Amino acid sequence: MGIPTEHYTRKEKLGGVGCERRRKEDARFIQGKGNYVDDIKLPGMLHGDFVRSPYAHARIKSIDASAALALPGVHAVLTAKDLKPLNLHWMPTLAGDVQAVLADEKVGFQYQEVAFVVADDRYIAADAADMVKVEYEVLPCVSDPHRAMDPDAPEIRPDLAGKMQGAHSARKHHNHIFTWEVGDKAATDLAFSMAEVTVKEKIWYPRNHGSPLETCGAVAAFDKANGELKLWVTSQAPHVVRTVVAQLSGLDEARVHVVAPDVGGGFGVKVGIYPGYVCAIVASISLGRPVKWIEDRVEHLAATAFGRDYHMTGELAADKDGRIKALRVHVLADHGAFDSCADPSKWPAGFFNICTGSYDIKVAYVCVDGVYTNKAPGGVSYRCSFRVTEASYIIERMIDVLAQRLGIDKAEIRLRNFIKPEQFPYMSALGWEYDSGNYAEGLRKVLEACDYAGLRREQAEKRARGYLMGIGLSTFTEIVGAGPTKICDILGVGMFDSCEIRVHPTGSAIARFGTKDQGQSHRTTYAQILATEIGIPSENIMIEEGDTDTAPYGLGTYGSRSTPTAGAAAARAGRKIRAKARKIAAHLLEVSEDDLEWDVDRFVVKGVPDQMKTMKDIAWAAYNNVPPGLEPGLEAVDYYDPPNMTYPSGAYLCVVDIDRYTGEVKVRRFYALDDCGTRINPIIIDGQIHGGLTEAFAVAMGQELPYDKEGNLLGASLLDYFIPTAVETPKYETDFTVTPSPHHPIGAKGVGESPHVGGVSAFSNAVIDAFSHVGVTHIDMPYKSCNVWKMLHALGLDKRE
Amino acid sequence: MNDKQEVTFTVNGEKVSVDVVPRELLVHTLRERLNLTGTHIGCDSSHCGACTVDFNGRSVKACTVLTVQAQDAHIVTVEGLAGPSGLHPVQEGFQQEHGLQCGFCTPGMLMRAYRFLQENPNPTEDQVRTGMAGNLCRCTGYQNIVKAVQYAANKLSARSV
Ligand code: FES
Ligand code: FES
Repeated sequence: MGIPTEHYTRKEKLGGVGCERRRKEDARFIQGKGNYVDDIKLPGMLHGDFVRSPYAHARIKSIDASAALALPGVHAVLTAKDLKPLNLHWMPTLAGDVQAVLADEKVGFQYQEVAFVVADDRYIAADAADMVKVEYEVLPCVSDPHRAMDPDAPEIRPDLAGKMQGAHSARKHHNHIFTWEVGDKAATDLAFSMAEVTVKEKIWYPRNHGSPLETCGAVAAFDKANGELKLWVTSQAPHVVRTVVAQLSGLDEARVHVVAPDVGGGFGVKVGIYPGYVCAIVASISLGRPVKWIEDRVEHLAATAFGRDYHMTGELAADKDGRIKALRVHVLADHGAFDSCADPSKWPAGFFNICTGSYDIKVAYVCVDGVYTNKAPGGVSYRCSFRVTEASYIIERMIDVLAQRLGIDKAEIRLRNFIKPEQFPYMSALGWEYDSGNYAEGLRKVLEACDYAGLRREQAEKRARGYLMGIGLSTFTEIVGAGPTKICDILGVGMFDSCEIRVHPTGSAIARFGTKDQGQSHRTTYAQILATEIGIPSENIMIEEGDTDTAPYGLGTYGSRSTPTAGAAAARAGRKIRAKARKIAAHLLEVSEDDLEWDVDRFVVKGVPDQMKTMKDIAWAAYNNVPPGLEPGLEAVDYYDPPNMTYPSGAYLCVVDIDRYTGEVKVRRFYALDDCGTRINPIIIDGQIHGGLTEAFAVAMGQELPYDKEGNLLGASLLDYFIPTAVETPKYETDFTVTPSPHHPIGAKGVGESPHVGGVSAFSNAVIDAFSHVGVTHIDMPYKSCNVWKMLHALGLDKRE
Repeated sequence: MNDKQEVTFTVNGEKVSVDVVPRELLVHTLRERLNLTGTHIGCDSSHCGACTVDFNGRSVKACTVLTVQAQDAHIVTVEGLAGPSGLHPVQEGFQQEHGLQCGFCTPGMLMRAYRFLQENPNPTEDQVRTGMAGNLCRCTGYQNIVKAVQYAANKLSARSV
């Protein structure tokens, strides 16, 4: 070993796991040199635009495109009739359903894609779209999911008539998609019948939208001469797009080149495949020219995958001391006109069965009914690993409801029910094996940091003086990193992920991954993981993703899966490199491999510190002097099939003050403690936490996509849809504990979604806590001033003495 | 509607002339005719600020300005922010303080910060938040953007003394 300071300098220089490395993505972005899909410009490129339905449910009597086609600069108007001969008028969804690419005789939601106009530029395309005459016969519509399975409810999907077996279960009504049950119903019912206390609450998680700042879009360029298709697309999962495009188009997959260039935020919205992508491809194939389609913000909010819309009924059974005996949840899931949820194939309600949360609940039962309504399709996870936010919300709300009923403090009831550190690995009543956690430690740290007892005293004093103050806690556990291929696949492809590394002769390296960054900083953090594993400074390791021709196959970035899956692949591929490097070092030093030990960036002969070979030396030798029998070169690839999910957790505390007279909610303090296992880069983690908490704030305080009885979407622009500015957004304090995942190669668990998942319940619980002294146990989100004021008014709290 | 008009203006110190129909939006002229794709489109409706450019010494949303309104205008876009001596302090600030993630809002944020710090060279945190309120970010939660702007403010004021 070298002398300590020299050793320290080498470690610093390495920029490995744990260091506060500045982002490598930024240089281009801060100089306007990003390359997003809409920045792509090809010779002869045309622009596509949609004709969309003004009605939620209507029969299409006729489409007359003659006036549009007569407009100079218009090249084509595609309708379902044109796509039919290619069998592309419908496409499979990730959830095992089908979705109309262009409305086939009937529309099922407002803003549905009816025709695709292709023109010289976006202005002409928009003009022409207005000139397409569509005659509709309006049909009665289903807007309320609670009426969807009424005997006389209008049939939304005649294409499924007579199909009584769905992708996930038998269908019991023409608007029924699936029923998904988990847990032991009989044991749960029994526990409820014997319980000292039971509580029940109806809780709606409203329909909302991830709405990244960049909308969705694609550029398709078909090369007729070679029969090859190139597609640039706003995708979190470009490899999956390639496979689906090959299957749909009949093109050889090797002739489909998909590139996800820079992606301007995804949050789950860019996992699926949308009609616009398919139409751009078809138009390019049929016209022989590149076609660009970029949706506008209204189209994005109105037609591209929404999140949530879970109508939940939660019940807890407990003893008088607040020890939970059983959980029962029913969900009515509003999926819109097509089931386009982006979940692993076998999971129609995602991982909603994580809803026992951080608590040791011995019996539980969950039943989810998915129904069709005349609304936009979607149900993607908005910064959340497959319905985990809904799951976390129901349990974090219900434990508060129980605490209120029993008069037990909301922190105390959590401490009484937590799974204890010694219970890990912990098998939950609903079938998940939690890897590790130390929930009580996290919560205690937060309570102390915020002087929880002092806050409760202040709240009592304030209440006595007529002020409304709320303290919200959320002690959530997530399930991320999907996932083991035996239980997780997307359209049949297992959810592994991958890393491929090449170390060049002069000692720098390039690594490629099957995931796709949309702001998560992979270029920065993957290089840190590799630096620690292979002893090459992160500054000298290039990271690439998104080009399916060069990157190894992977399932993409969502569900906080990049670090748990591709991050693991990086560590393992790095270890393969290091194992070969050891052989080369032994050969160069003429010792046996066992005589060597690894020291930051080199192999050293044990006990002889000046006898060593750095990775730089070894990289050079790999190309000219390898031991006999060993292949030259220094490359490795790893496809990592995780043995289990990872289970990040956290403890959040939120303090709000509510204006009795206006209903305005002010967040005074937000303290977020996260445990994402091994921390790769604290700066990046904090950035993820700030961003996720702000989304959670937006969801709790204002985001919704409301529909009227006729299925009209009331507000699909940023005028109505709430995206907080810097002014409304609270300030956050962050903290952490570290409980590594025992099964992940570097112990990391993933962090991108924790703040959203845990944040929503913290905000909600704070607002509702402000009303707890007057007997309120639940108020549905969003807590816009007008909604909160209605509650204040109904309770008479807005009266001036 | 289709009669083209010649419009002449200065972008990033360079004089340019374009022939455009009266309805063409400045953001499209910049992005599609002048290949200045750093200016982004997030909404088309003046809400997000991704298209913010500096226009005659004011921050404007280029999705809501007609190119014909730009006759003789002096426009600075994100591509014109760095000078011969390197990055502008607002660019440095965003990099140093982790003020960006996906980068889509960043050009608009930078252009707003650039103008805002000329309007108010020594802002308080609340003033930064208000001054930047026309620009939405979905990724960062603003906390580091505020720090980035403060970093730039310090750097700029150190420069001017
Ligand atoms: S694109 Fe101009 S403000 Fe959003
Ligand atoms: S960094 Fe993604 S929108 Fe701001």
